[in-house]
Amino acid sequence: MATSVVGKEVTRVDGRLKVTGRAAYAVDHPIENLAYGVPVASAIGSGKITGIDASVAEKMPGVLAVMHHGNTEPIFRTAEPFERDSHPGENRPPFEDDVVYYYGQFVALVVANTLQQAQEAARHVKVSYDAKKPLISLDDPGAETKPTRRHYTRGDADAAFASAPVKVDATYVIPTETHNAMEMHGSIAVWKDGKFTLYETTQGVMNHQGVISQMLGVPVENVHVVSPFCGGGFGSKLFPWPQSPLAALAARTLGRPVQVTVPRSLMFTTTGHRPETEQHVRLGATQDGKLLAIAHEAKNQTSPMNDYVEGCTEPTPFLYSCPNVTAVQSLVTLNIGTPTSMRGPGTTPGMFALDSAMDELAVKLNIDPLELRLRNYAEKDESSNRPFSSKHLRECYQTGAEKFGWSKRNPKVGSMRDGNEILGWGMATCTWGAYRGGAQARVRLSADGRARVSCATQDIGTGTYTVMAEIVSDKTGIPLDRVDAVLGDSSLPPGPTSGGSSATATIVSAVAQASMSVMDDLFKLAVHTEKSPFNGADSASLVMSSGRVHKKGESPESGVPFEQLLKLRRIAALEQEAKTGGAPGREKYSMHSFGAQFIEVGWDPGIARLRVRRTLTVMDAGRIINKKAGGNQILGAVVMGIGMAMLEETVYDPRNGKPVNNNYADYLVATNADVPEQEVIFLEYPDLAIGEYGARGIGEIGLTGVASAIAMATYHATGVRVRELPIRVEKLLESRV
Amino acid sequence: MRAFQFTQAKTVDAALDPGSRFLAGGTTLIDLMKLDVETPERVVDINLLPLARVEAAPDGGLKIGALVRNSDLAVHPEVKARYAVLSEALLSGASPQLRNMATTGGNLLQRTRCYYFRDTAYACNKRQPGSGCPAMDGYNRIHAVLGGSEHCVATHPSDMAVAMMALEAVVHARKDKRERRIALDELYLLPGTTPDKENVLEPGELITYVTLPKLPAGTKSHYLKLRDRAQYEFALASAAVVVSVSGGRIERARIALGGIATKPWRSREAEAALEGKSASEENFRAAAEAAMHGAKPLRDNKFKIELAKRALVRALTVMTA
Ligand SMILES: Cc1cc2nc3c(=O)[nH]c(=O)nc-3n(C[C@H](O)[C@H](O)[C@H](O)COP(=O)(O)OP(=O)(O)OC[C@H]3O[C@@H](n4cnc5c(N)ncnc54)[C@H](O)[C@@H]3O)c2cc1C
Repeated sequence: MATSVVGKEVTRVDGRLKVTGRAAYAVDHPIENLAYGVPVASAIGSGKITGIDASVAEKMPGVLAVMHHGNTEPIFRTAEPFERDSHPGENRPPFEDDVVYYYGQFVALVVANTLQQAQEAARHVKVSYDAKKPLISLDDPGAETKPTRRHYTRGDADAAFASAPVKVDATYVIPTETHNAMEMHGSIAVWKDGKFTLYETTQGVMNHQGVISQMLGVPVENVHVVSPFCGGGFGSKLFPWPQSPLAALAARTLGRPVQVTVPRSLMFTTTGHRPETEQHVRLGATQDGKLLAIAHEAKNQTSPMNDYVEGCTEPTPFLYSCPNVTAVQSLVTLNIGTPTSMRGPGTTPGMFALDSAMDELAVKLNIDPLELRLRNYAEKDESSNRPFSSKHLRECYQTGAEKFGWSKRNPKVGSMRDGNEILGWGMATCTWGAYRGGAQARVRLSADGRARVSCATQDIGTGTYTVMAEIVSDKTGIPLDRVDAVLGDSSLPPGPTSGGSSATATIVSAVAQASMSVMDDLFKLAVHTEKSPFNGADSASLVMSSGRVHKKGESPESGVPFEQLLKLRRIAALEQEAKTGGAPGREKYSMHSFGAQFIEVGWDPGIARLRVRRTLTVMDAGRIINKKAGGNQILGAVVMGIGMAMLEETVYDPRNGKPVNNNYADYLVATNADVPEQEVIFLEYPDLAIGEYGARGIGEIGLTGVASAIAMATYHATGVRVRELPIRVEKLLESRV
Repeated sequence: MRAFQFTQAKTVDAALDPGSRFLAGGTTLIDLMKLDVETPERVVDINLLPLARVEAAPDGGLKIGALVRNSDLAVHPEVKARYAVLSEALLSGASPQLRNMATTGGNLLQRTRCYYFRDTAYACNKRQPGSGCPAMDGYNRIHAVLGGSEHCVATHPSDMAVAMMALEAVVHARKDKRERRIALDELYLLPGTTPDKENVLEPGELITYVTLPKLPAGTKSHYLKLRDRAQYEFALASAAVVVSVSGGRIERARIALGGIATKPWRSREAEAALEGKSASEENFRAAAEAAMHGAKPLRDNKFKIELAKRALVRALTVMTA
């Protein structure tokens, strides 16, 4: 096993295809006789459609159909999921009725021979409305606030807070954020002989298959979802949004393949977002900084069609040691599209509030913020009373502090300088649940000397192709360039959704087991083959390494390449499948990843300019299967966190609910120039409670501390406590530093 | 995008069709055509015209062809050496890809980024005179605090034009056989009651060149742009300063501000407050106060007044250090 690629810096196996532009994304698939659908979106935020006049559009060149609620067969709702996943992004199917719930809701679809003809005709569809004033803001008196079932209590936080000697009581607001994946949402649907083939960009081919099967009313085996590449999802492609069932419906109605791409502007309304949240946090503590009470109340926007809970309070019950904790979530229904998971959902906005409050407490107590966290270190999960499966957060803090030079921090606001700039130092805790679900995978060893591993999961840019190939290579010793990973196709053995940072942990066991069982077959074959050097031996005495079958304890060179055994028997290939379940330790342990982030900002008071100067992340996320892809996940998350902290905000016009900055120029995400020196350190303690490799997920945790660390650094530099993101110049002008 | 007729002109004379819109880099025009904000019936591509050179002007200044790309102009040795403010302004604008397309003429005539102007579902006095201005009580963080009227507060977004304003550039334009020169400050109109009229050019009038006068010996110049992110964003506030200092005294100052006004904003008030004075922080502050005197904030853009002042003070401080 000396040559194993697991744990190394492995370049992605699909990298070359991507950087040379040869990776075919969803709507890149060349389909003959393709027609183009362009959505017509509602221009009001709330109300009813009173008429759709398509008479002009229908007569325009190339137009095949103008579809809307008045003239199409229904798209069905999905049943409550019992066994399988089958979640659409929005519960209400497109064109269900004449009600408009939000600006940008699809009210018609124009299908034409070319994209340009469809776009032009879409402009000529006249929709009339009976418009109402939309509810847009969380504190709109007309908006309905609903309690949810997410309510956690231990002890009596209210009483403990009331009598606590030191208190923090603050409210934190995060505006709507839009994922803005580079690749736009798009679907191509082909209907042939009663079956759909769907070319999609999705984080879940199996879920997509289930949803379209239900929405279009066809048996599940008649829906084939193909999604070889995904140009970014960040949660927005977990669940199918309306363009997908509409493409399918149009293809079936017209008997012709149809492509529907969601324009960038409608990706701000109709493909999910991180909803606006308002979080009220109360902390009570002793004079020496021991927490007595945490009360965390969070509310978030949801749409009239779905009850989407942004689970901000998820980490609150277990993150710090505290006898009295309450955590409550509620919803506010507004005329804004349906929210969805956005990288690190719940925990990321939640940690901004919780850890910002911790910093406010540290300032009040005049205790170093890192020291405050150590004084409240949770040795076990106090919410479930279980031990953590593998927690090395203390070491994250310590390693980070040493590397960053934390001991040199002067806590006095505005006291640290570098030339013209005042420095601010902040730190934060990171956390994310360690999830593992069920999966099936197939491994094939071929007489041409290659291996193939397949699973109906998908690679959303995170490195899943590479991880699958690495595991096969690890088990068989076949070098990576002779392992083909195949995914993104619902006809393969069912695999997991790429969500919740669980895909790697879920897949590696299935791939490992399938590898083992195909090797078992190979060993049996080896001992039952006449010309095989192992003929007549005990198959249990054989092993495989460096791609060769040999006797245990002997060198690979003593054995034979696996393909030789197959050739002897004139067998094309051996293939085996394995099915694995959830994490073995999930009943016994509380399973989470942890980390610490340290961030330095520079504040130039003369021009009120704040920029991030360096970031350091130390992660305790179990074993890292691929250091390069893993490190990239953390770096990407930190970049996104810089955007969240300082730039991102979807701004709605209260008059009609339109996101006014619905394009890449006006909605600001971090650019390369905003990204400073970054460093990532993995502690790498395998967590065997999650499985053989001990790998927990790393896709999201890197985002969870960034905003609070930046807010804290900003306070340290400027003296301005920003409780409402993003931290922008207008909030900092009041700085007296 | 609506259907339109497309031609390519090889000579200036052939391009001069009053019923056509000129297509240069297309980074404004095509963008707005896709949004249905610009709906020309005829478009003439002027990229083949021989207007892509930077040459020495007879007076010792610089003559810049209307089709010189922003990226080329920014790194032109004469520009870098003598008109640093222009090079810096250009490099602070848009993205490398956009600058590779964008031209000198097109940049001067780029349209505002006002959200409501760019969406035909809204009323807009610029698009449809008399229809109203939703920016007034809408989201107006990026809008103007100077030069606005009750009919329009849309910011002129160009960085290049702000630098050229401080350089006292002259625009050369052709219509029919007539060629005229327009001081850049006079090219732009304030919105007043006719925000649809943004400049004094007539339909079909072509910008051929921009000339920059020679600067007095010892002049230094600088452009400072402030914005939320480090790159690829329009200015929230910017300052172009062109100054000569002798014996600690400011002999000559040309000041323009960007991101805060309905046109690239030359501030003669700031210049008057500086000339003849010593180069001190106090005087810079006084100039900044003078520049922003009379600024009218809207709901979301009050911070721009302070930000513009700080930009100017910093730019002057850097130039006279
Ligand atoms: C995403 C984005 C970000 C940007 N960021 C910035 C920024 O930060 N700072 C900044 O300054 N700019 C920025 N810009 C604007 C950019 O600089 C302009 O779009 C560009 O300079 C316009 O030049 P063009 O040659 O492409 O013009 P075109 O689009 O070809 O033309 C613009 C207008 O000028 C007319 N025109 C062009 N040439 C002539 C001529 N010779 N005579 C008469 N009329 C003419 C056209 O008919 C049209 O009306 C940005 C643009 C985009 C799209």
